[in-house]
Amino acid sequence: MISVSNLSKSFDDFRAVKDISFSVEAGEVLGFLGPNGAGKSTTMKMLTGFLSPTSGKVSVLGHDMSLDAISAQEHIGYLPEGAPSYGDMTVKASLVFIGEARGIKGKELAERIASVVERVALGSVLSKRIENLSKGFRRRLGLAQALLHDPKILILDEPTDGLDPNQKHQVRELIRNLSEDKIVIVSTHILEEVSAVCTRAMILANGEILFDGTPSNLASKSGFHNAVTVRVTNLQPALISALEALRNVERVQQGELDQLVIFPIDGQSILADINQVLHAQGCQVEELHVEVGRLDDVFRKLTMSATEGESA
Amino acid sequence: MNAVNVILKRELASYFATPVAYIFIIIFLMLSGVFTFYLGQFFERGQADLTAFFNFIPWLYIVLVPAVSMRLWSEERRSGTIELLMTLPLSTFQIVFGKFLAAWLFIGLALALTFPQWVTANYLGAPDNGVILAGYLGAWFMSGGFLAIGSCLSAATKNQIVAFILTLVVCFVLVVSGFPIVQDVFSGWAPLWLVDAVANISFLTHFNAISRGVIDLRDLVYFAVLIVAFLYATALVVDMKKAD
Repeated sequence: MISVSNLSKSFDDFRAVKDISFSVEAGEVLGFLGPNGAGKSTTMKMLTGFLSPTSGKVSVLGHDMSLDAISAQEHIGYLPEGAPSYGDMTVKASLVFIGEARGIKGKELAERIASVVERVALGSVLSKRIENLSKGFRRRLGLAQALLHDPKILILDEPTDGLDPNQKHQVRELIRNLSEDKIVIVSTHILEEVSAVCTRAMILANGEILFDGTPSNLASKSGFHNAVTVRVTNLQPALISALEALRNVERVQQGELDQLVIFPIDGQSILADINQVLHAQGCQVEELHVEVGRLDDVFRKLTMSATEGESA
Repeated sequence: MNAVNVILKRELASYFATPVAYIFIIIFLMLSGVFTFYLGQFFERGQADLTAFFNFIPWLYIVLVPAVSMRLWSEERRSGTIELLMTLPLSTFQIVFGKFLAAWLFIGLALALTFPQWVTANYLGAPDNGVILAGYLGAWFMSGGFLAIGSCLSAATKNQIVAFILTLVVCFVLVVSGFPIVQDVFSGWAPLWLVDAVANISFLTHFNAISRGVIDLRDLVYFAVLIVAFLYATALVVDMKKAD
């Protein structure tokens, strides 16, 4: 378990992280979301012991990071932002180095390397120099370095940045398939990633936690939550006014191709009522679905108001 | 010790992964040859010893050792690999020491490759090989002092060129502070202890003593203390500046 209490970090007079507290249990996949400069990377750097906090405490599996960083770091696999690696080494040499630095030797090291190389598909570039690799391969090498010692805790700073859609999918699969007793913390600004891999989402902005809950909780904060999209042939104005007259409907928006988006009041379920109206008017429905909620909409709502609050 | 070893191995391998190490060694050998045989008038002196070689080596170091030490930390900070390195379960001092040791062994290798000069002296006459050995030992210890200072200054900046110039200047000052010219500046007015202190702080004072064949424990301790002190300072600077 990772527990963070009253963690703050200042650089000169800039407060990058402001007094945040949370804890993560084994089995959770926590996604850090936030605009650039929100404090995601700084928080991760403190979780891995790279940065010492200005105040507050990080404890990893019972080891206090400020007192016994090495015991904590043994259990952590970390992919730093930008996936730095030693350009003059080959992929193989780099993995051997990381393994040996973590005290893995001989046959076990060879097996670990073989398994991790297979998982992130690095086999074709094992003897190539890292400086000659593409961005995608470097990112995967970074992941391999983090996974090599089969850590209980994985901290991945933007693991899919710079990957093509297929590689992104691969990495997400990889994170999802990690064994269930691990703690995984990923940062990203790709929202679909959160619903794709995370069991818990945390939105950071200006160094503060604005939201902490499940991805579906997050989606339900969207104005689009439970909104209904309808497309009918031969759209009549009468239909729109009938829909607007419904008790739980806040407003009806007309989009492209005569598509209607009907927003409920307070996210209530309105599908049944709409169905009745459609039947009563004898409309021919071409498309009808309920929105779960749009993450980018919530994200913008939460983080924009935080930024405005800051500048006011 | 395993941790230091792992770092040492990686560093040494990275020296030889690029042509830089070979170029360095070739330049070192060429310059030391030029200094010994032309400027040092090895043949004209008619003495079978390596005094000429050892007289010039501090000057060679002033330029070449900062070139080795400048990348020790600057490069890690510039490329961001420092984050990878410092989140491995290793202590800062282990990493600092491993990196230093790799550089020190590398200079030791370059030094050892000057053996043809030793062979020449032995071919032409019968030098006191004990003195020559002492000279090599002194030269290696002195390079350690240069490197430790260079390591500390390299940790202080992301820019290799800045690290190079700072190290060069500091090492230059530490070498010339033992020179008669510098001594004269102080001896007119300064109390004796200060004059002695300035002379004693110089690399040259201690190196010359060893290279004459007098292995005084105090001279070795001087270099050892210098190395440990600057490596400790390096660890402090690394921890302070790693995130900048």
